[in-house]
Amino acid sequence: MSTVTKPDTRRLDFGDLMHRYGTFVILIVLLAVASMLSDVFLTQRNLMNVLRQVAATGLMAVGMLFVILTRGIDLSVGSVSALGSVVSAVLVQQMAPGLAIGATVVVGAACGLVSGLLVAFLRLPAFVTTLAVMTIARGAAFIASSGQPIRMGEAGQTITAFGTGFVAGVPYPVLLMLAVFVIAGLVLTYTRFGRLVKAIGSNRDAVRLSGISVSRYEVAVYVISGILAAAAGIISSSRTGIGSANIGVGAELDAIAAVVIGGASLMGGRGSALNTFVGVFILGIIANLMNLANVPGYHQQVFMGVIIIGAMLLQYGSSFFRR
Amino acid sequence: MTEVVQLSGIRKSFGGIHALKGVDFVLRSGEVHALLGENGAGKSTLMRVLGGEHLPSEGEIRIDGLSAVFHRPADAMQRGIVVIHQEMALVPDLSVAENIFLAELPRLISWREMKRRARDIIQRLGFDIQPQAMVRDLSVAQQQVVEIAKALSRNARVIVFDEPTAVLSVQDAERLLTIIRDLRDQGVGVVYISHRLDEVFRIADRMTVMKDGTTVGMVEKSAVTIDDVIRMMVGRRLDALFGEDVPREIGRELLRTEGLGRGNVVRDVSLTVRAGEIVGLGGLVGAGRTELVRLIFGADRHDAGRIFVAGQQMRIRRPGDAVRAGIGLVPESRKDQGVVLDMPIRVNATMARLDPLTNLVGVVRRRAERQAVDALSDQLRIKASSQDAPVSSLSGGNQQKVVLAKWFHAEGRVLIFDEPTRGVDVGAKTEIYSLIRRFAAEGKAVLVVSSEHHELFGLCDRILVMREGRLAGQLMPPDYSEEKLLKLAMTSNANAA
Repeated sequence: MSTVTKPDTRRLDFGDLMHRYGTFVILIVLLAVASMLSDVFLTQRNLMNVLRQVAATGLMAVGMLFVILTRGIDLSVGSVSALGSVVSAVLVQQMAPGLAIGATVVVGAACGLVSGLLVAFLRLPAFVTTLAVMTIARGAAFIASSGQPIRMGEAGQTITAFGTGFVAGVPYPVLLMLAVFVIAGLVLTYTRFGRLVKAIGSNRDAVRLSGISVSRYEVAVYVISGILAAAAGIISSSRTGIGSANIGVGAELDAIAAVVIGGASLMGGRGSALNTFVGVFILGIIANLMNLANVPGYHQQVFMGVIIIGAMLLQYGSSFFRR
Repeated sequence: MTEVVQLSGIRKSFGGIHALKGVDFVLRSGEVHALLGENGAGKSTLMRVLGGEHLPSEGEIRIDGLSAVFHRPADAMQRGIVVIHQEMALVPDLSVAENIFLAELPRLISWREMKRRARDIIQRLGFDIQPQAMVRDLSVAQQQVVEIAKALSRNARVIVFDEPTAVLSVQDAERLLTIIRDLRDQGVGVVYISHRLDEVFRIADRMTVMKDGTTVGMVEKSAVTIDDVIRMMVGRRLDALFGEDVPREIGRELLRTEGLGRGNVVRDVSLTVRAGEIVGLGGLVGAGRTELVRLIFGADRHDAGRIFVAGQQMRIRRPGDAVRAGIGLVPESRKDQGVVLDMPIRVNATMARLDPLTNLVGVVRRRAERQAVDALSDQLRIKASSQDAPVSSLSGGNQQKVVLAKWFHAEGRVLIFDEPTRGVDVGAKTEIYSLIRRFAAEGKAVLVVSSEHHELFGLCDRILVMREGRLAGQLMPPDYSEEKLLKLAMTSNANAA
């Protein structure tokens, strides 16, 4: 039977607006609330602090964004960052810092490659596949570090210098994160790769039937995610100069939360780098606020969850209640 | 023999489409009543009304002479009416016994009792299926038996079979026909929908022929021949949809397949299409036409045969291979496979050939792309507010033109259309026909799959007809008639056509 397409009724209503610009509304509300609650909040020092604390999450969120755009998910990023942290700390003792970092990135890429090949070619569900890679990477990190924190010491000076240094008042890790976000934004907007990644998430069949090798792109996004997760691991250990298999526990959830608060669809095809950055920033502000307000650690987790649900309701709930 | 079902003046519309325009249908108990008609004649819709899946917009359903209103399938089942669809309604991960009694499972299941009753019913049908076997592990024929058993467990007095043998092997189909005869002899009223006319003539007592949402007539089997029935199904239609054909020069062979096949869905298909030629692929739904063109395009992988483009053998294992070989496919399901609905027209139109619009680092050259898409929009007369508008904002006809634009931009040599005008309004249809012709006139090879026969007649230089995965024959212009096409598509003694 033939179907009749409904005429396009595009009204600018509240739900639609919230859906599109909700992320920014949340950011503005949060900034307003924060500046009322605390005199310290809106200082440059504090804002830089917020950004530095989310630098690692931000890198992982960019990788997650690419994966989610293809309608996938990467649960392994937290563990891969731990592996990256340990591997960089071990290798930096044995080789030039540049080489050590390069090798660490390769390890991250390899983790992503495993997930990507399994998901793209064997069509295994991304959720379970990356869950498995998550435990493998975490285990490998513990093995490589023998369960002990590894001091980078003298050899790791370049890395710690990067972790603690500033340029014009902006910490290096923050610069790196911003650069990665800008590049991701450009890639998504202007390149064939970015365009096809979104198209694949939106309608995989149609892209495949246009003669495009969909699997290659799917593998690529997991590799990107693995690389950025390993880089996030290096960033995490660069401030303290200690590589540890214990970092990044639950970081995948922060990354997913940032992407989703940024308005991306877990069904693929929709999301942007700018919005994801705002999502990351929002998570950072909430954590920072609770610190400034002396909310105890465990309570913070509960609040964080509640606030994330609230943010989602604001974006999606209004269109739900309209029905 | 009493009249167990009486449908009178049944109308049903979906949106603006009138699927049923006042249908009368009478079924007696203890008869096999065939319901015949072309695809889209309204047979399945009528049976969905009887089975409680659709509420009719108008008209009356009488069961045993009493007026009835069915809001949901359960209401119809209550009155002993069961519709068995082609896509069966079984739960694959439950056992045979659980499936048979699914609707009336007691809160606490006595396995022994349930298995015993299931075995009884299955044996009554002359089959041997273990009640504890998982439905997933059964053959299609066995699953159908479970469906019938499910119907019998509810004391069905009317059973509707919608294309029951389409998915069965010859032997299994034979056994099914035996079961149906037994059911009839036990007093069940059977409605039998099938495209296999020889089969229908063996089993039916009476036939009702439908066309375009109305009944053409009801006949006793003994009073008619297959040719009479085909003539009733076809009727007469005239179309001035096709406009002028442009002069085309038929050149060298561009596409050839040799013994192409996949499983038993497509078997041993050898065909050629020449430059400037438009070749049609006719046949019934499920004859393997879509499956065949998907093999040629690499959307599915063939396991037998070879594909040649311009005389050269091509290894086509995925769509990318086909596109590189110069083949394009306008797929059957536009929204699922043809376009990325949420993305702009521009992105969709250039997707199949981004290379010339991309620089070394992979950045798309926007200005060049805009110019290319502007040219395509003009050429194909795509009506849209801007090339950045999402395809979802376009009408069906314009969406289809975006798919055409994609393949015009890809500059292939062979273009395959699968149901090119499905869900497209009349005006856009004419435009699409002339675009297909223009494409051929440029010296390219065109293959068109269509279930609308007049579309094939109006557009194609010759028509290949498929039946059950094979090429059943070919029609050339003086022979273009629906009778001949249907005869090739529906009967096994095709040579008599």
